[in-house]
Amino acid sequence: MASVDIRKVRKAFGVHEVIHGIDVDIGDEEFVVLVGPSGCGKSTLLRMIAGLEQISGGEISIGGRVVNQVPPKERDIAMVFQNYALYPHMNVFDNMAFSMKLRRADPAEIKKRVEGAADILDLGPYLGRYPRQLSGGQRQRVAMGRAIVRDPQVFLFDEPLSNLDAKLRVQMRTEIKALHQRLRTTSVYVTHDQIEAMTMADRIVVMHDGHVEQIGTPLELYDRPANLFVAGFIGSPAMNLFRGLLRRRDGKAFVVTDDNLALEAESDVGGEEGQKVVYGIRPGHLRLASDAEQGLPAEVEVIEPTGDNTLVFCKVGGTIACAATTERHPLRPGERLRLVPKPGAGHVFDAAGGQRL
Amino acid sequence: MYVDTKAHGTSSKALAAHRFRFGESRGFLGLLFMLPAATVLLLFLAYPLGLGVWLGMTDARVGRGGTYIGLENYEMLWTDSVFWLSVFNTLLYTVVASVFKFALGLWLALLLNHHLPFKAFLRAIVLLPWIVPTALSAIAFWWIYDPQFSVVSWALVRLGLIDKYINFLGDPAWARASVIMANIWRGIPFVAITLLAGLQTIPPSLYEAAVIDGATPWQRFRFVTFPMLTPIIAVVMTFSVLFTFTDFQLIYVLTRGGPLNATHLMATLSFQRAIPGGNLGEGAAIAVSMIPFLLAAILFSYFGLQRRRWQQGGGD
Ligand SMILES: Nc1ncnc2c1ncn2[C@@H]1O[C@H](COP(=O)(O)OP(=O)(O)O)[C@@H](O)[C@H]1O
Ligand SMILES: [Mg+2]
Repeated sequence: MASVDIRKVRKAFGVHEVIHGIDVDIGDEEFVVLVGPSGCGKSTLLRMIAGLEQISGGEISIGGRVVNQVPPKERDIAMVFQNYALYPHMNVFDNMAFSMKLRRADPAEIKKRVEGAADILDLGPYLGRYPRQLSGGQRQRVAMGRAIVRDPQVFLFDEPLSNLDAKLRVQMRTEIKALHQRLRTTSVYVTHDQIEAMTMADRIVVMHDGHVEQIGTPLELYDRPANLFVAGFIGSPAMNLFRGLLRRRDGKAFVVTDDNLALEAESDVGGEEGQKVVYGIRPGHLRLASDAEQGLPAEVEVIEPTGDNTLVFCKVGGTIACAATTERHPLRPGERLRLVPKPGAGHVFDAAGGQRL
Repeated sequence: MYVDTKAHGTSSKALAAHRFRFGESRGFLGLLFMLPAATVLLLFLAYPLGLGVWLGMTDARVGRGGTYIGLENYEMLWTDSVFWLSVFNTLLYTVVASVFKFALGLWLALLLNHHLPFKAFLRAIVLLPWIVPTALSAIAFWWIYDPQFSVVSWALVRLGLIDKYINFLGDPAWARASVIMANIWRGIPFVAITLLAGLQTIPPSLYEAAVIDGATPWQRFRFVTFPMLTPIIAVVMTFSVLFTFTDFQLIYVLTRGGPLNATHLMATLSFQRAIPGGNLGEGAAIAVSMIPFLLAAILFSYFGLQRRRWQQGGGD
């Protein structure tokens, strides 16, 4: 097991730079998720760690050893691919044993290790089958088994669950996490799915257009997003955002929206009087007001019950806002109501740069 | 509930009647659709084949219908040393040319599968020998192998490797080698381009997985590329063997079977005996004796082509 240090790493394909200097320190035994929209360079970064892509600038070290010039097989990593990349002409046993056979390991030792991995993953009955004779979830397990057999310093996962159906994805998510808790192998996991990132990660690296937007634990990112991008990307349904100007009065701070609604911000918020800002609040932090209460006047547009809670999409001034409520109000589209933001739950971002104030 | 059942009963009866009619018309339609293809097959495949087999059992000559003589032609061939020489030549020609076509074609396909500059252009060039009409390329080879004007001899002499021009098509051993060379040159594009198509169906992530698993380039070829290519190799090589075994044009332009019948293949000998020689029956008998060899090749490929166990089951 080992740490992975990524220092000022750049990647260019020809003249086209896709990764613009990234710094991430991944600790020993840590499970780090790289998350970001499609095309932001997550796979490219992972493939540079694996040695499948040349590093154009900066340094990657694994276990304290700079690996820029080290070929993949000597990096002591194992990778799980999105399409599993199982060898179709080898059965499950041979797929898992391939790396050890290439190393000319002792057959008895190979058998022991493969069967051990098959045991962990419940693949025992399938060792003689070919990949085509397996379901998607089983193939996914074989791909992981192949990684486990190698007993590497680092596991690399590139969107390993995105070819599975929703239910299996949730199940495998838990299994991978349990596996990590058992093996404690340092893992770097790439996904575009922020829920996968939130549920699995010790720490999340949010990437966007070849830059790191924020690094932190899932709850840090959720509670204190560093900028508008992270605020909008993490959390589902997405955070409500209102444009407005920052005002201070009587030691309190407000964001006065373009529709002249005043939203109270925390008093220690940075920024100057009159600065253009964006006020963000999560759907779960907006409450439907009771009859006597003050609140933001809103008009119901769409109601989406999900079972656990009900999402109420309302028009607040010129903005559509979403409130998530666990109560079951008898609401209809067109109905007027008032929304109450939870005190202290608002986030304020600079409208120009997007940074948290 | 009762009414429901009754309604269901009538409707299912109607359905059955409908299905019956449908089945009838389906069978009829099927026959109708098969008719053109069947006619063409009968006319252009079965008829000539049948005629050939029949001619082989007659003493027909050009301009004279023959009478049935049973297996006499075959008995004659059994003791005909020229016929047996042609069988040997055909097998030699097919085996040597196919082995080289396979090896060189695979090598070329692997090269072309890399990222090369001017990739499309190179691939087009590789196809050239195949696009040029055989008769035309044979004439070019004829020049190359000319006893006095051969560019190969000229180059070798200038390099000081030989001191006398080689009699490429006049010496039996050289003639055999020369026609085989020409056939290989002509056959490589087909093998190379088809195998290239096969190579391109192998997902790159398999190679990446193998690289991470620690496979050297040779091991990646040996354990990933080659096994995944075997189905298409079986197809390509069956076709290649069939084409080579029945080759006629190249030989006929280059050597006409000479010198001393050293390059006579079964196809050229059959033509020689039948048309210039006038013995239609004997020529047909030679042609018919190619059938067992061809059947063997097809059977071989049939078993080679059978879906391997790893190809069975659901797709991705
Ligand atoms: N081999 C390549 N050649 C050129 N551009 C590439 C190559 N691979 C990826 N890219 C580009 O790099 C960017 C990041 O790609 P990738 O890392 O695959 O994104 P992600 O995995 O985050 O969806 C994309 O804009 C993509 O077009
Ligand atoms: Mg990707």
